[in-house]
Amino acid sequence: MTRTGKTAARRRRLRAGAPVPLLVPALLGLAFLVVPLIALLVRAPWRSMPELLTSAEVWDALRLSLVCATAATAVSLVVGVPLAWLLARVEFPGRGLVRALVTLPLVLPPVVGGVALLMALGRNGIVGQWLDSWFGITLPFTTAGVVVAEAFVAMPFLVISVEGTLRAADPRFEEAAATLGASRFTAFRRVTLPLIAPGVAAGAVLAWARALGEFGATITFAGNFPGRTQTMPLAVYLALQSDPEAAIALSLVLLAVSVAVLAGLRDRWMTAS
Amino acid sequence: MTGLDAHLVVDRGEFRLDIALTVAPGEVVALLGPNGAGKSTALRALAGLTPLSDGHLQLDGEELDRTPPEHRPVGVVFQDYLLFPHLTALDNVAFGPRCQGASRAESRARAAEWLDRMGLADHAQAKPRRLSGGQAQRVALARALALNPRLLLLDEPLAALDARTRLEVRAALRRHLADFEAVAVLVTHDPLDAMVLADRLVVVEHGRVVQQGAPSHIARHPRTDYIAQLVGLNLYRGEADGHAVRVEGAAEVITTEDLRGPVFVAFPPSAVTLHRDRPTGSSARNLWRCEVAGLESHGDQIRADLTGELALAADLTTVAAAELELHPGATVWATVKAAETHAYPA
Repeated sequence: MTRTGKTAARRRRLRAGAPVPLLVPALLGLAFLVVPLIALLVRAPWRSMPELLTSAEVWDALRLSLVCATAATAVSLVVGVPLAWLLARVEFPGRGLVRALVTLPLVLPPVVGGVALLMALGRNGIVGQWLDSWFGITLPFTTAGVVVAEAFVAMPFLVISVEGTLRAADPRFEEAAATLGASRFTAFRRVTLPLIAPGVAAGAVLAWARALGEFGATITFAGNFPGRTQTMPLAVYLALQSDPEAAIALSLVLLAVSVAVLAGLRDRWMTAS
Repeated sequence: MTGLDAHLVVDRGEFRLDIALTVAPGEVVALLGPNGAGKSTALRALAGLTPLSDGHLQLDGEELDRTPPEHRPVGVVFQDYLLFPHLTALDNVAFGPRCQGASRAESRARAAEWLDRMGLADHAQAKPRRLSGGQAQRVALARALALNPRLLLLDEPLAALDARTRLEVRAALRRHLADFEAVAVLVTHDPLDAMVLADRLVVVEHGRVVQQGAPSHIARHPRTDYIAQLVGLNLYRGEADGHAVRVEGAAEVITTEDLRGPVFVAFPPSAVTLHRDRPTGSSARNLWRCEVAGLESHGDQIRADLTGELALAADLTTVAAAELELHPGATVWATVKAAETHAYPA
């Protein structure tokens, strides 16, 4: 082997290894993320699992969680996709501000979101009082309230994801549709939407997963009534105080759902490039 | 008035397009020009995708300036076709009729008819990614024609094709354009496409029309360096006094024409003969001392870029170039027969 060949080989070996000051914190970080999940599996009461998971309360909570998360995702799709389109395709003054406002629930503590929802849609809220007196609709502490709270927290995920996909999509397809006689809405419905469908689906799954795990805004705005507003995360929290084994069992169900979601999205997010 | 009557002005600060364009029904006009000349902007303005800053746009007597693109009787074939990737070839072509209000069945029937006419009946159910470049181009043309447009716009219709496909598609496109009864405007930077496809060329440079006319006329009478290079001519502007034309600078070109005043004089690079030493007894009446600035091979030909008494391009065979020991910096003598030059009033 020539001299330059040897140096090249050494350089390759060096690059393959990682320096200790980076390696140690990296492994610590990995352990920090993985050990709790392993602990959950280790401590799971596998023997009593069947009875724990077949109790009526668990099924009620699980069913309610799935129904509300799905409804919240549907609400997010109906208003969130057009909102993403507006942000991506229409130039208007204050667009940056609107985008910031849409993103805010992503970083807002969910409890604050719940309080804010009460102020807006509560019986005496600035919108809620009219909903109550005109239509007789009350949202707080109802199943519909759960959907509202979850949609509030989950929709930004969908909007951000869809907007990103829209920006990456070639707007000239919409121009081509226009020259073929399509109005902007027809172009959106028949050309843009099918083209961005994968992005919409990914955003919907993300929003759904976020809605499924929603705790703070839900308990603040909708309360914790079994069968009506008690979703899985709320049930886990309550069970932890009276029956830790049941809490672990419920947590495992949520973990399983999360893993399934991640598996479904692996092509999109688990490949590095 | 029938046909297209347009004065397109698009002002974008650093760039301004300002061209007048009139096209009769049945006529095919090519906007020819270098990249960035404003050809595509002109096409977008005609389609309504770029608003006019000023000017007007009339088609068969109808004002279209403020009509949004979806309400213009205009069909567009885009440079990379922009076929909708999620729709079959048939549904791509049916898209326009469907938007115009035809029923689904009717739109599909019309689309099938157009695909049949393009020889693509077998590919009706194929998605665009399964079509070859030539097939995609024909689907795009069918999609634009299925609208029964009164103005057909083609943006670099052959640019996305490889050389061999290009030849076939160009011939087919020419037939379809000949059958087309309304106004057709195509944009290209390829002079051959323009000359084969169009009845009239409009040469656009820096957002302005610099020359227009029949392809053969423009080829013989180029008025700018760009066109001269396109059609492969050495072009000079000068002052004629009889057979002698004094070209900007010092050199003189002897022609057979007898003209006075400002003229253009042109000759093809193939008319130039190069010599290592000053030729004696050559019958050629034009003789200039030049220096080789660059060499470029064109197939089995070499094009020499010369500077010196007269800047010119000369074509010679590889063998001749080797015998002359041509290399950048070498001194050569260039001769051109007067009969090979062509002078015309500027």
